Formats: sequence, structure tokens, C-alpha cells
Amino acid sequence: MSFPWAKEYTPQTGLTKFLDEKLPLPRLVYNAVGAGYPVPRNLSYFWNFGVLAGFFLVLQIVTGVVLAMHYAANTQVAFASVEHLMRDVNWGWLMRYTHANGASFFFVVIYIHIFRGLFYASYKPPREMIWLIGVVIFLLMMATAFMGYVLPWGQMSFWGAQVITGLFEAIPLVGPPLKTWLLGGFAPDNAALNRFFSLHYLLPFVIAGCVILHIWALHIPGSSNPTGVEVKDQSDTLPFHPYYTAKDGFGLGVALLVFMTFVFFLPNMLGHPDNYIEANPLSTPAHIVPEWYFYPFYAILRAFTFDFILPAKLWGVLAMFSAILVWFFLPWLDKGPVRSGHYRPLFRKFFWFGLIPVMAVLFYCGGAPAEEPYVMISQIATAYYFLHFLVILPIISSIERPDPLPFSITEAVLGSDKKAVLGENAEPVAT
Amino acid sequence: MRQKAVGGDRQGKGMASTTGNAEATPEVSGAVEADDGVRRRDFINIAAVSAAGVGGAVVLLPLVSQMAPSADVLAESTTELDISTLEVGQSIKAVFRKQPIFVRRLTPAEIEAANAVDVSALRDPATLDEITKPGHGDVLVVMGVCTHLGCVPLGAQEGENKGEFGGYFCPCHGSHYDTAARIRKGPAPTNLAVPEYQFTSDTTIVIG
Amino acid sequence: MIRLVGILIGLGFTFVVLLAFVTGAYTAATEEVAETAEHAFHEESHGPEAGYSFDGPFGTWNLAQLQRGYQVYKEVCSACHSLNYVAIRDLAQLGYSEAQVKAEAATWQVPGVNPDTGESEMRQALPTDYFPSPYPNAVAAAAANNNAIPPDLSLMAKARHHGSDYIYSLLTGYQEPPARLLEEFPDAAPGPGLYYNPYFANLNLAMAPPITSDGQVTYADGTDATISQMSADVAAFLTWTAEPTLIKRKQTGWPVLGFLLFATILAWFAKKQIWADAKPRRKD
Repeated sequence: MSFPWAKEYTPQTGLTKFLDEKLPLPRLVYNAVGAGYPVPRNLSYFWNFGVLAGFFLVLQIVTGVVLAMHYAANTQVAFASVEHLMRDVNWGWLMRYTHANGASFFFVVIYIHIFRGLFYASYKPPREMIWLIGVVIFLLMMATAFMGYVLPWGQMSFWGAQVITGLFEAIPLVGPPLKTWLLGGFAPDNAALNRFFSLHYLLPFVIAGCVILHIWALHIPGSSNPTGVEVKDQSDTLPFHPYYTAKDGFGLGVALLVFMTFVFFLPNMLGHPDNYIEANPLSTPAHIVPEWYFYPFYAILRAFTFDFILPAKLWGVLAMFSAILVWFFLPWLDKGPVRSGHYRPLFRKFFWFGLIPVMAVLFYCGGAPAEEPYVMISQIATAYYFLHFLVILPIISSIERPDPLPFSITEAVLGSDKKAVLGENAEPVAT
Repeated sequence: MRQKAVGGDRQGKGMASTTGNAEATPEVSGAVEADDGVRRRDFINIAAVSAAGVGGAVVLLPLVSQMAPSADVLAESTTELDISTLEVGQSIKAVFRKQPIFVRRLTPAEIEAANAVDVSALRDPATLDEITKPGHGDVLVVMGVCTHLGCVPLGAQEGENKGEFGGYFCPCHGSHYDTAARIRKGPAPTNLAVPEYQFTSDTTIVIG
Repeated sequence: MIRLVGILIGLGFTFVVLLAFVTGAYTAATEEVAETAEHAFHEESHGPEAGYSFDGPFGTWNLAQLQRGYQVYKEVCSACHSLNYVAIRDLAQLGYSEAQVKAEAATWQVPGVNPDTGESEMRQALPTDYFPSPYPNAVAAAAANNNAIPPDLSLMAKARHHGSDYIYSLLTGYQEPPARLLEEFPDAAPGPGLYYNPYFANLNLAMAPPITSDGQVTYADGTDATISQMSADVAAFLTWTAEPTLIKRKQTGWPVLGFLLFATILAWFAKKQIWADAKPRRKD
């Protein structure tokens, strides 16, 4: 598509010739994920996660459509309709466990996909738009997942809805009426449940639309790669099909093995027992936490415990939203000339010994009870999180002296001892 | 087994494999080897794609069967009726699998009228005896669902239009059923359906 | 410009959160965190010594045990606890015949309507009915139980961490409050109408020990009805009510994983074979 040596689609049969003339869908697929899309030949398994994310989106939509055939969005019967689904509907338990764990695995895959992008600085020019759409997709996913978790109308559903909509209350002046408007009442009830169901059904299709934009934007510059060196000639690329379809097929098999182990043997491990208790507006569970994939952001929310000019709650809400919003600005915060973390010694140190452990700590603290020492630990981690993206990254990207880059992707792939090859022949790309 | 064969084949052909299986296949040699090798190499791809296809097809099974009646619906697929209070000339409307069912104790006049009909001239030939159960020739049990397009015929309740033949009449498209619920006039193709049922006692019917 | 603003915002958030950290640390350093009785005396739940037949990836139901557990539920628990999401017809899964299920259904009374007068009345249950609640509504349940509504038991085994173990531990865990508890946390002593049980989240619960003596239930299969046996049986039964498809799920899982493993291995070899000719060769 983007390279002159990309293979041209030539319809063979009468039907494909007809289609190519009237509605060139086969050509579109051929150029998007077929032999017509040249891809850098050196992609590692980290590049499998985009396709995996697409797979889980489709899986969630298919199982979700099935669940919606049996679910009733009414507070009187929602919980019972889910139990009916689990007990009486043919294979209903499988559909629901697949959907519930599918959400978790969608986030696992997306987090790896995002951290791939962060390490290899895939957000840098010319791929800013891909990254921006990606962040939008992530935000939509969070909204969808949150509303989906409310639907079973268990205790965690109800109190999750209460707490998350309560965040909007922190906004000065408009906060309280905004919360009432969002819920269609003064507490989560039928109105809220119905609109959440409606939006939970709608948003995945919005996500699917954004995914199409994401892929469209990707095909303009073409895929990035572990060296971060741009494609120079044909020897740097391989057609997506069959090389990467085969590799993605294997990756999908491995992902499904892990996923199905959870669905069939540990289906409730990633959930909360309290959600098997029907929602009770008069009694809050002792320890309420969101689903695990929100833990880092929940930890950031709870880290702000001190009223400084603004109330602590507002700081928490601001920080939580900012924690994701900073990702939007990464292409302009990180101005370093080199993309891949492999050739950025300083960046790499902060990534592996700063960001990754801090995210792990935030994941842990977000699920822990709101007591010491977890609050203090998450405060330190939160401070580093913001420092990393907003202070450290801009500074190191200015002062860092990157390692020499390979001349081309082909050169980086050649030879069994990559380092030796690089030492002999590599010249840094002038930027 | 298959993977082994392929690994061995690859070694035999001397392809650029670094981790090929140690089992070489020295029997394969010469010009035959190339052809056979190509086919064998294709085989692994075909096998992998087929496995994906089989997997996809199996996934369809739960996706399709989830739409079939669930356990609670199937559990309600029998209905027990007590007809001890049903008097001659009276009907009751009951529900069987969420559909109406008509149970009528025929009057002697209705039985006579039903038996007087020339069966061979009917659209859906059946005698009253074939429609009812032996020993209970006066108890007519039929589904209250017109065989044309599924409306509920009139005639089961007191004062309703019983049609030209004194049985049931479907107001949707004007099908007339006689006293034995046989189609006599109008678009319906067959008599009102008789569900599976049996008398468990003289006054109890179990339908389904 | 963006970077400058970014650095300022980043430092701002860092400043505020570190301020919160400093005040938190100061509080932590100056104020003693009071130890709670729950923290000190709550015990992790455990299952019966022999474990359950449904444990592990290859577990199966022990139908005899489930039937005994049903008997315990019926004769002991059902006086106060409902089983709202379980239908009587589901008992067929415990190995009862159709006739037995029908006979069993007839032993339960469910709310119905008199067909002649339309008055509410109790009628014999049918297999299609769900297990009836012991109380007509939540208010009646609260009134009869000193304001503590007995929870529905259908999902109890999934609504607690390690639910099967929890039910067993709770039923066998009633005891006199330890002297050290009364000494150190006089407030944690069970008040009137409360009973000490270290497996309950806040140590004192409103349910009187339900299974109090050996032989409280006479098992039809002759099993010795010890307190531990009855508790294990009813815990097993409630595991089944919480997830009747538990065993089917595990048994479906194995062929699925087996097939996936086979397909993944095939995919690995296909990938290897396709990539074999993609290795770029050095020009030399």
C-alpha cells in the first residue's frame, strides 16, 4: 500500500473481478492484512498483540450479542436473568464466562500493546495519529468495561456505578447535577442500568469504527519495528500474508490456550465474589475495588488525600484522568531522535527500572485496601508516574546520546550475532 | 506424529531449518523428493488451516444452541389438566407450551354432526374417533392455533362465533372448523392440531 | 512549549501527591494505628480434611453427598434461608429419578392462587417451581430474625472467597470467644443475639449455630451424621447450587485445551515452515 514494491491485487475468478469493479472489498482486505501489505521483516512477538486485540474485540461483540439475547436490563430481574443464563440457557455459562474473562484478556492484550508502543516509541512521527486513535480506543474500552460490569447488578456492579459516577461530583459547580443527570436519579437504579446497557451495546461498535481508523492510519506510514529504523527497500519487508498471518495464527493459539484455561478452570478468579450478591443499596461491601484493569488508575485516584487549594477528591479525579490524558501528548513530550528503546540507554533504564515497576506497584496498590502502607506506596508511585511522562521523558529525550543504529532493517536481521554486525557496519541515522 | 514427519522431511530436504527434528528420512531421494516435499510442506499448512476451521465450526455449536429452548422452558413442556368439572357442551381454554389449547366435552348432537360427515370429501380426512382418545370420544382436545397462520380461532368461549360448521372459526382469514375441529372452509390447510396427550385417569389429561 | 507546560503540570501533580505523602507519613509516624479485633482474630477458612470430590481440575460431583447435603438444607437451613435461583426440577441432576423429583416437589409448599376464588393460598410445589422462601418478604425475614435478614444461599459458595471452604468453616467454627479477645477487645465480645465465630468477617454473627449435635439429621444412606459430615455435605450441596455446571465446565475444558494445544503446535510448525525461506541471506 505504502511502498512501491507492494504486491498489486489481481482478481483471478469471475466473481472477484466483478467485485473488484463494483466494490473492491477483496482488494481492501488484500492490501490491509494480505499479501499486499509489506511489513518490516524483523517484528518480534510483541507485534502480535494488535491482531490479538482485534480478535478479543470480535469475541466480546459476538459473546455480548449472545448474552444480550438472554439478559434483561431491569433492576428487578437483571440479577436473576444472569443466573438464568448461567443455569438454564444452553451453554449460557460458557458464553458469560467467556465474555467476563474476555474483557480481562482484552485489557491484558491492550496493556501489552500499549507498553510495546511506549518502549519502541511507536507514537513518534510519522505515527502520531495511530497512537492518538489508540488512546481514544483505550478510553472507550474503559467506559465500555465499566458499564458492562454494572449490568449483572451485583453488589460490586451497584457500588462501582455509585463510586465512578461519584467521581464527577468532584467537579466544581456542575458536579452534583452532572452525577444526577448521568444516573437519571439520585443513586444507581433502573434508569442508570438501562442507559448503561444501551451504551454498553453501542460503544463496542464505536470502538470497532475507531479500530478501522487505527488500521487505516497505520497503513499510511506502515508498521514500526523493533529497531525503529524506517523501511528502506524491499529487502526490509515481507508481505503480511503468509508471513505474519502465520505468526499471528500461532500467537492466537497460545493466547487462546491461556484464555481458555481461565474460562474453564478459573472463571471467577479475576472477578469479585461480592458480585454474586444481588445489589443492595442499603449495604456496602467491606472492600470495594473496581475490576483489576482499573487498579493503577484507582490507586492514583486514592493517592491524593490532602486538600491543597483544591479538595483532595478533585485532585484525585484530575490526576486519574490526566494519567491517561498525558498519553495523548507523548509524541510531543518525547522529542528524542531515536525511536526504539533498544538504542536509548537512558530511556531504557527509566522504562524498565522506573515505569514498569511503578505500574506494577500501582496495580497492586489499587487492589489493596485503602490503608497504610498501601496509600503511601501508591503516593510515591503516582509521583513517579507523572514525573516519568511529564518531566523525565522530555528531559532525557533532549540530553540522551543514543546507541548507534543499524543502517537498515535487513542489516539488523542479518547474521547470527546481531551486536557484532552492528559494531562493524552500523552508522547512526542522521536526524 | 505428523509434526515429526514434517520435521524429518525438512531435514531430508536440507532446508534452512535450524531446529529441525533429528529424524532424517533417507528413503526420500531424487526427483521424487522435490514433488513429495512440496506436497508434504503444503500439508502442514493445510492441516493448520483445517484445524482453525474445525475449531471455528465447533464454536458455532454453543453459539447456535444457546438460542434453542432453555432448561426452564423445556421443563414446562407438559401440562396437566383436571376435566372433572367440564360439563357437556362446555369448553376450557388452557395453556400448553405458551399456546392455547381447547378442551371441549362434545354434546351428543355435535358428535352426531361430526360423524355424519363424509370423511373422504374432507381436505384433511380424519374421523372423530381418530381425533379423540378411545373411551373418551366426547372429549375433544386440540391446539387453539389456526393451522393457516397461527391465530387463535373463536368458538371455545360461550357466545363466540363458531363458524358455519358449529366448531371453531378463525377471524383472521375466515377458516371454518367443524365440531370435530376439522377444516371445512377457508384457507387453513389442515385440521386443528391434536397435541400428544393421554388420560392418566378418567378426569385428568396430561398434555405433552 | 508543550514540553514546558508538561513539565510544569507534572511537577504540580508530583508536588501535591508528595504533600499528601508527607502528611500521611507524619500521621502514620505520630499516631498509633489501632489493631482491630477482626484483624487479630479472623481466621482463614478451610475445607473438610478429606477435601471435596469436586476439587481440582478433574473433580466430579459425589451425588450421594449432594443428596445428603440437600437433606441437611431441607431439614435445617431452609427454615430461614431461601434458595431462590434453584428450581426443584434441578434435583434431577443429583441423581433423583423423575418420580422422585415429583414426590420431592410435593413436600414443598409454594404461594399460589386458588383457581376458584383467586385468593392467595399455599399449594403443593411442582418440579418447575423454584425453592420457596421461608418468609413472604424481606420485612418479615428481618422481623423474625432480630433485623438480620438470612441471606439467600443459592450463590453463597461463589459469593465468598473459597466459598465451599467458608461454608464448612463457618458451620463448624462456632466457639466461645477466646479470653484474650475479651481482654484486649472488650467491644468485640458478642452482644445479645450474636455468636462468636472466627471465620465470619466481623467475628460475631446473628445466626445461631445451626448444626449443633451429631445425628441432627438421619441420613437415608446410613452415613454417620457427625457435625463435620453434615457441614461438609451441605457445603458440597451449596457448591452445586451456586454452580450446577461446575463439573460440566471442567470436563468441557479438557478437550478444548487439548484441541487448542494440537492446533497451536500445528500453527507453530506452519509458521516455521512459512518463515523458513524468509531468512535473508548474507551476500558473502
